[in-house]
Amino acid sequence: MIARLRGNTNYVILSFFAVVALYPLIGSAFVALSPQGSVTSGIFPWPSHFTFSNFSAAWHQASLGGALANSAVVAIAVTVAATVLSTLAGYAFGTLKLPAGRVVFYLFLTGLIMPYESMIIPLYFDMRRLNLVDSYWSLILPETALYLAFGIFWMRAFFQSIPSELLEAARIDGASNVTILRRVLVPIARPAISTMTVLFFVFSWNEFLLPLVMLSSSAKQTATLALGVFQGQYNTNVSLQTAAALSVAIPVIVIYVLFQRQFIRGMLSGSLTG
Amino acid sequence: MSTLILSDTPRRVLTIRRVSAGWTGYVFVLPALAVFAAFVLYPLWQTVWLSFYSWDGLTARRWIGLANYRALFTDPTLRSAFLHSAILVIFISLVPIALGLLLAAVLSYRKIRGLTFFRTVLFLPQVLPLVVVGVIWDWLYQPNGPINSLLSDIGLGFIARAWLGDFTWALPSVGIVGTWVTYGFAMVLFISGVQKIPSTLYDAARVDGAGPVREFFAVTLPGLRSEMTVAFTLTVIAALRTFDVIYVTTLGGPGTSTTVPSLKIYQMAFEYNQIGAAAAVSVALAVIIVVVTFAIIRRGDRGDA
Repeated sequence: MIARLRGNTNYVILSFFAVVALYPLIGSAFVALSPQGSVTSGIFPWPSHFTFSNFSAAWHQASLGGALANSAVVAIAVTVAATVLSTLAGYAFGTLKLPAGRVVFYLFLTGLIMPYESMIIPLYFDMRRLNLVDSYWSLILPETALYLAFGIFWMRAFFQSIPSELLEAARIDGASNVTILRRVLVPIARPAISTMTVLFFVFSWNEFLLPLVMLSSSAKQTATLALGVFQGQYNTNVSLQTAAALSVAIPVIVIYVLFQRQFIRGMLSGSLTG
Repeated sequence: MSTLILSDTPRRVLTIRRVSAGWTGYVFVLPALAVFAAFVLYPLWQTVWLSFYSWDGLTARRWIGLANYRALFTDPTLRSAFLHSAILVIFISLVPIALGLLLAAVLSYRKIRGLTFFRTVLFLPQVLPLVVVGVIWDWLYQPNGPINSLLSDIGLGFIARAWLGDFTWALPSVGIVGTWVTYGFAMVLFISGVQKIPSTLYDAARVDGAGPVREFFAVTLPGLRSEMTVAFTLTVIAALRTFDVIYVTTLGGPGTSTTVPSLKIYQMAFEYNQIGAAAAVSVALAVIIVVVTFAIIRRGDRGDA
């Protein structure tokens, strides 16, 4: 009896926090799907009828189509580059004895806590000198560099956990490092690598300060930047704002729901936040 | 953008007999190191260097020693920016961790059906772009928005106000947005931690006649030490770095009531062309983050011993 009461209390508490987590998204979806100007106040703004007109208007006015494509290009490039570089370096730190390896590894770890705020100023002037301001490169290079810190930490931990017999057997067979990595380790490492790639993609997608500083032309804007600019221009029109915000969020939500296991595992043990 | 914590790494005995590769092993590290050095380490160093200069980005730099750092203590808007981020730590770190512990205490040592569903939902806010979060909460806080509607529905209409435009309430309102982003993260982290605590410890506590409160302090809390370290580090860093939400909701206003260091860095460097002074704020923020992170990890480690 008491146990059941306690069991129910658990669900009441969990459900309350789940509703609080979901309400802002669901409520804003109602507003975004309501006809323009029909939005009533109230905590449950159920639309009089559903329409996608706010989405098309927001996409048009904020050039969201191009911005979403830009974000995808940058995020994919960053994910590929950071994954390859992290796997290579993680392999070396995890399985080879490198001179001064510990020192260099710790050097990378500084990237784990360093925020963009502490390097954004010279980064902008460096990019300007390299003529890369307002290009994808001004995002891809710094993002790859910063995410490497997590990637190397993550992959090194994985490679260290591989049974040494496996490596020794491969080495006795005369396999080179490259062969061992490609034929033996990468296939085993697939779960760890997939977690890392999902995180990299979403980190890059969510990035805001870096595009805000680096990009000036609307043709190059990422989705988050387009949304931030749009919010500044039309912040009285909640229908368009919420439609634009959800458009930017939906790719992340889809990826999260598909890969939530990898996601939560990566973020809890590796623990990054965007 | 991102940050991470190391204290959670299992202290496993290295079973791998590492092969000595000499310097040739660096072939694998070099590509990563080159990118990292060029776009993280070098800019960090440049930030420190710039902070000793007066520079508008166009004309010649002028060495002014520590003058930019002196401004951190004398300029009231800078001082208040750092003070605001200390207040945000309460909302973005302490409150979510307290909520997470509360939930862990209630759920400890019990099988929860549908946990995957709750975990997925609770964690969702943490995953969203913070710009999106800011836009959505801007709607929630509208004068005729859902929050004020809820307040008047439950008879508290007299406290309804334009939350983000209020000199007193704008900062706590932004803080609550941060609470919303991180509480699920803390809960999921602690729930998974609680499930790793051996059930024999709870049985022993019950045999000793411990009530729920004693049980929490004697078993649950000590068992969550490494999760606490992770939670504190990540949320405190997130709080100190707050930028996106403020940029899209209040832009530091009304007045300077919600300015934070990151916003000052952005505005000083890219709007007012006070580049050296902005670099000094960057260095100060980085130093605070490093010191706080190490303090949290040290504390966590000491408890482990």
